[in-house]
Amino acid sequence: MSLTSQEPKRVPLAASVPAVAITLVLVAPIVYLVIRAAGSADSLIPFLWRPRIGAVALRTFALVISVTIGATILGTTIAWLLSRTDLPARRVWIILTAIPLVIPSFVYALVITSALSPRGLLQKILGPYLGITELPSIYGFPGAFISLTLLTYPYVLLPTRAAFTNLDPAMEEASRTLGRGTWKTFVTVTIPALRPATAAGALLVALYTLSDFGAVSLLRWETFTYAIFNQYEAAFDRALAAALSLVLAITALGIVGIESWTRGRGRYHSIGPGSPRISHTHNLKHWRWPATASLTTISFVTTVGPMAVLSYWLAKGALAGESFGDLWEPLLNSLTAAIIAAGALTAVAFPLAIFITRYPGKLASIIERSTYIGFALPGITVAIALVFLGIHVLYPIYQTLLLLTIAYVVLFLPTTLGSIRSGILQLNPRIEEAARTLGKTRMQVLLKVTVPLVRSSMLAGAAMAFLLTMKELPATLVLGPMDFRTLATVTWAAASESFFASAAASSLILILVTAAPLTLLLTRGLRQSDSPHTY
Amino acid sequence: MLTFSAATLSTVVVAACGGKPATTEHSPETPAPPAEPQVVEKSVTVDIKKTVQTLTLYSGRSEKLVAPILKTFEKSTGIDVRIKYAKSAALAATLLEEGDRSPADVFYSQDPGALGAVEPLLEKLPASVLTRVTPWAQNHEALWVGITGRARTVVYNTAKFKESDLPDDMWSFTKSSWNGRIGWAPTNSSFQTMVTAMRVLWGDAKAEEWLRGIQANEPTVYPKNTPLVAAAGAGEIDVGFVNHYYLHRALAEQGDSFPARNYHVRSGGPGALIMVSGAGILKTSRNPETSAKLLSYLLSDETQENFASTTYEYPLVPGVGEHKGVTPVASIKHPSVALADLADIKGSQDLLRKVGALA
Repeated sequence: MSLTSQEPKRVPLAASVPAVAITLVLVAPIVYLVIRAAGSADSLIPFLWRPRIGAVALRTFALVISVTIGATILGTTIAWLLSRTDLPARRVWIILTAIPLVIPSFVYALVITSALSPRGLLQKILGPYLGITELPSIYGFPGAFISLTLLTYPYVLLPTRAAFTNLDPAMEEASRTLGRGTWKTFVTVTIPALRPATAAGALLVALYTLSDFGAVSLLRWETFTYAIFNQYEAAFDRALAAALSLVLAITALGIVGIESWTRGRGRYHSIGPGSPRISHTHNLKHWRWPATASLTTISFVTTVGPMAVLSYWLAKGALAGESFGDLWEPLLNSLTAAIIAAGALTAVAFPLAIFITRYPGKLASIIERSTYIGFALPGITVAIALVFLGIHVLYPIYQTLLLLTIAYVVLFLPTTLGSIRSGILQLNPRIEEAARTLGKTRMQVLLKVTVPLVRSSMLAGAAMAFLLTMKELPATLVLGPMDFRTLATVTWAAASESFFASAAASSLILILVTAAPLTLLLTRGLRQSDSPHTY
Repeated sequence: MLTFSAATLSTVVVAACGGKPATTEHSPETPAPPAEPQVVEKSVTVDIKKTVQTLTLYSGRSEKLVAPILKTFEKSTGIDVRIKYAKSAALAATLLEEGDRSPADVFYSQDPGALGAVEPLLEKLPASVLTRVTPWAQNHEALWVGITGRARTVVYNTAKFKESDLPDDMWSFTKSSWNGRIGWAPTNSSFQTMVTAMRVLWGDAKAEEWLRGIQANEPTVYPKNTPLVAAAGAGEIDVGFVNHYYLHRALAEQGDSFPARNYHVRSGGPGALIMVSGAGILKTSRNPETSAKLLSYLLSDETQENFASTTYEYPLVPGVGEHKGVTPVASIKHPSVALADLADIKGSQDLLRKVGALA
């Protein structure tokens, strides 16, 4: 390990070997894509060098940049409202604003097209009163931008709100004591302190937008992912799909590079001992009503409205005597897969997070960047890549829950890792060092000091893994064991044949079951440290 | 919602107690206690078929459509069918990656395109299967056969027209008198297959001219067929280009008074195309004979009638009739276009983009 000799701390083998092993699995999709694209190398350059691909790239960049900016503004604003103001019914909003995370995008897409198409449900409801015969078209850039922004802002909201909550107000108070005004303090102290959390969230938004298929296909904004699906579905051309996926992966790594460049090498834990106090609450005054109205609108569009449409379909189907089939087995399968995935992702992310934060360097940054590959690639690409891996390398576990779990790790690792990493970053390493000097072994320190202190970040990371797995569709379909039906797959099966009531039944169960741990997590945080009114 | 899920719960728990999972079949509706003579008889039948054969099926057709039929197959033959459901194209890509290590015995696809993509992996079908299917719905090299058919059609509002009022061919809909009266779903893959048929039968230039003609009439765009048929019934549009069976679903839901019907273009051509779902046996199959049994079952009179009455699709076995109310295939002048020629969906999408019908 010549790399490590240049680093301030020598990397112990016990840390680097598993980290490198995990990384090999994470980059497997790239290896597959290179092999597959090389299969028809001669046709690739002319294919990629066409004006149409340039147009696809422009559309992709336009969408990624605008959604990232939109979701970051929305997410940080809501985070501020929820953690630093006297917004009425704050606890309700804390839960409602996070719920878009649990709605599978293909379900959202189904609801949106049915409800918001020019002569859809909404027009039928509003038409008679407002004299609207046809709603304006939702297709194209505006529709894709708005729906993706509304679906992804929680990726920024959750880490930013956590950062607001954990931010030691002593820093801001010191700034004000030293003569800076409230606004100047906010800009020069608060925002920089939030930056790592917000930037990590914004990165996930950008990569999610890059990999999203549901919204862009439905709203007809042709991005790379759309073009990749087209190669699989209309042209049956795996080589060109692989070539486009590689372009997408390179774009993703570029975005990751930009994010780590903005993050810099700052230190984000407070140096002093003890735990942060609760910071002061901003009085919204008459702004509380526009704020409430905005949050109401967002919740209605992202959560309450779609849930109402699903309930309407369910009731209509139930009254007509439609049978919904057996939903017990899919529920059990979904829970099994999601709990195993949450455990696996936490188990993989924790040592990686320790490695990245405690042994920064070339190796750590390669590992960290490779975690984003699976998240940024379309689900179908990752699934097919893991079919390749399963067939050629891991045949004994092909079409088992184990390989499917590996797929979930590849797909979702950055969300869990990000959560745990931010927990570790806020942990002062002096505490661990103190335990070491008191004669504890490295392992004892890890288990007795580090784990308990970052427990809530681990829990948040596990919850994120759980809810993403519950919603996952393409990899579950392709890589799952035979006869493995989950709530997501049965919803898709019903939706693809326009059995709305059945699709509504399974997706409502999916949403409720997935929302439960998220709600618990959010309210648990509330009780611990996030409730200015009780202090 | 909650009441409903609780009800499902109890049914399943009872069913799970009633019989061994997987290989023995006790339908949830008859979880009779073991003391009853009927059940004793049943378990005897199971014992005879002790060597449980298993089949691995990759199905690009929705579970909603085929699961009940496959259940019946398992029950009547004792063969255990293990199924993977996904989109036909995703399964085709999976099969191609799996190559000669594929666990699949049979691939059942929603459309010929995905079957065409995996043709090198398919085994020639035995005569017992081939002879069942009407010749036009077979692959020329006997690698796969059609299982069910769906017709392209024009759905029209019956309050505004009689069938005899409608024009003889698809070209008439490009006349300006149809401005603002047409609905279509250009993202729908069956619609795109019809465009492919236009390109095959008319040539690309003519197909483009037709698409531009329809575009000029400012058709209302729908995301898929179901809302298109609903819109025709509601009179929001006068006519719509769809697959035939969506109308029959609407009729089943809303009764015969639903004011829309299908019109299969009188003069024939691509507007009266019949597309198929199909199936083939993989070369890697460890049970080619059992696989053939499954295909034969899907092509049995009974199953074909079952498809006809539950999905309203066309049976592809001579002698099996359509569902009541479905226009008989014999009276549709569907064009004879080789199903393999309909594979170039990509080219049709490019054309749709060129005329501005797709983003």
